[in-house]
Amino acid sequence: MAITVYIPTPFRDLTRGQGHVPANGATIAALIDDLESRYPGLGERIADVDGVHHHVNVFVNGQEMRSLAGEGTPLADGDEVAFIPALVGGYE
Amino acid sequence: MIELTVTHREEIIAHAREDFPNECVGLLLGKTNRAERLLRMENVEHSPLNYRVEPRALLQIFDEMDALGLELVGIYHSHTHSPARPSRTDIELAGYPDAHYLIISLQDQERPDLRAFTIVEGMVEEQEVVVR
Repeated sequence: MAITVYIPTPFRDLTRGQGHVPANGATIAALIDDLESRYPGLGERIADVDGVHHHVNVFVNGQEMRSLAGEGTPLADGDEVAFIPALVGGYE
Repeated sequence: MIELTVTHREEIIAHAREDFPNECVGLLLGKTNRAERLLRMENVEHSPLNYRVEPRALLQIFDEMDALGLELVGIYHSHTHSPARPSRTDIELAGYPDAHYLIISLQDQERPDLRAFTIVEGMVEEQEVVVR
């Protein structure tokens, strides 16, 4: 068993159109590394050396990562992780 | 090009007027640039200057969308005091290159102006809005 990852449409060009992919990792940070090794380029869409981009929201079983332990949030087999780009804008 | 119905267009204008002076935001779901469903979203900023959709609400909608075989074809929001053009912030923060960004301007209250754009890595291109 693995972790099921929801890939939003803007990132699916890197996952051959797949919306759900399996991946592994003991934490969010490790999961992102694993995704990068499986789908080169995906990691940098999600994070950089400073961590997950501010405009990407990460959910673990429906809980926002920033309300858990951030990139260090532990993961276990069977968990569901989702990446959701922010939907924001404004006047200048 | 994005294709929507007369009802969608009217609904976007009605939403913008109801939320005035704050910006409104909503989604158009459909297939290959053709909108089939309009979903009003809550602008959790409740602001005349910017909009933000609660990501948890998006997570739920995206799950349903996948199950129904629908795509996010459009994201609309209102500009209450400026033209229907993406602002610098809109461009910098645009995270959905496959979707059309529709802007409804209420700068002229009598003549709402609806325009559509694609925003891909900072590059803005105006797209035709076809009302069927």
